[in-house]
Amino acid sequence: MRNIDVSEITEAVKNLCIDANHTLSPDMEKALYNAADEETSELGKKILEQLKENLQIAGNDMIPICQDTGMAVFFIKVGQEVHFTGGCLTDAINEGVRQGYTEGYLRKSVVSDPLIRKNTGDNTPAVIHYDIVQGDQVEITIAPKGFGSENMSRVFMLKPADGEEGVRNAIVQAVLDAGPNACPPMVVGVGIGGTFEKCAELAKEALTRKAGEHSKLPHIAEMEKEVLETINSTGIGPAGLGGSVTAFAVNINTYPTHIAGLPVAVNICCHVNRHASVVL
Amino acid sequence: MDREICAPIDKEMAMQLRAGDMVYITGTVYTARDAAHKRMAQTLSEGKELPFDIKGNIIYYMGPSPAREGRPIGSAGPTTASRMDKYTPELLDLGLVGMIGKGKRNPEVIEAMKRNGAVYFAAIGGAGALLSKAIVESEVIAYDDLGTEAIRKLRVERFPAIVVIDSLGNNLYERK
Ligand code: SF4
Repeated sequence: MRNIDVSEITEAVKNLCIDANHTLSPDMEKALYNAADEETSELGKKILEQLKENLQIAGNDMIPICQDTGMAVFFIKVGQEVHFTGGCLTDAINEGVRQGYTEGYLRKSVVSDPLIRKNTGDNTPAVIHYDIVQGDQVEITIAPKGFGSENMSRVFMLKPADGEEGVRNAIVQAVLDAGPNACPPMVVGVGIGGTFEKCAELAKEALTRKAGEHSKLPHIAEMEKEVLETINSTGIGPAGLGGSVTAFAVNINTYPTHIAGLPVAVNICCHVNRHASVVL
Repeated sequence: MDREICAPIDKEMAMQLRAGDMVYITGTVYTARDAAHKRMAQTLSEGKELPFDIKGNIIYYMGPSPAREGRPIGSAGPTTASRMDKYTPELLDLGLVGMIGKGKRNPEVIEAMKRNGAVYFAAIGGAGALLSKAIVESEVIAYDDLGTEAIRKLRVERFPAIVVIDSLGNNLYERK
């Protein structure tokens, strides 16, 4: 058994909120730099160069990469040997979000009731996904999610007979519908299998994968590469103004499912695919 | 073609712009996004005046992050324009000449743009740090209680944007 005071969690969350909104992970930054080299359209290249410059300004001058600093989404892996002291874990995470978004000059984009729509003023509450794992450590991953791209995400409850082709078509259709609204180049997170809500969670978590890494399942890795190629041949391009780089990556996570179903979730993320992790 | 334009923008100038033109905007633009549009529509339905004279002006669909000390504004890139489509034709008919945002517009908006000689610009989505450098002054002029969604009067200097839909209805997103 290991005791962790929740004030440590609050401090870590606060720093993650600020870091994730000002600097991209090295793999995402590299994906952008590669794209700028590879893009074939002149205007597309120019836009990618400006996005590179944007990243530099964000890091140097501490201005958020994008004004939509997102709803704070967390994936928390809690080792089952850990005992939290000093308060409730969920409250501690929300307190970290409150401090991070206030002290870090981040935008408060959360409304307390989806219909009454009054801003909570501190970007809480967060959306938190917990997982209980072996060990005595806690891994916290933050993925602040902007809604320009979130709004273009979809869940498809396909039939088993739709098969692999149905899945590919669903992913490509979601990207075509998203077009310029989702601030391309995008990262496309896909969840296949599970239940209605499970596939959506898989898709969201797929967005936190390192750019350039593929699924360990050979048939899924193959699909990731092929669907990415199809997406990049649509010509949507940077900012939706035409070009050869529409997406940086297609990341697919899978889970067993029911004999009667083939759920597919497509969570679209923009080029500001923010995620940062820390292990306590 | 690259063009320098002033805001407010006169109609003749707006009607000369063509989809694909790169523009640098200098002058005054106003910000408004979802909640401010809803309130403006409410104001108009009650027969009251809008909080600023919309004639000849440009609305930037943007809600900034808070400014650090010594800066006029925080990160300040465009938000998705289509969420404002419901309210836009009425504003265009009242004299709104330009809009800056990102993403597609619906046919009703494009019709109203053609009818009124208006233009829709895209700024680069997700380049809020870079774009903030073209904003030299910012002042909340209405709906302060809406926080980031308040209406702001911005002074911009060479704010970069691209004409996506022009007053003839040419649409850069629909090229093939
Ligand atoms: S979709 Fe992403 S890049 Fe575009 S405005 Fe939203 S958070 Fe920013």
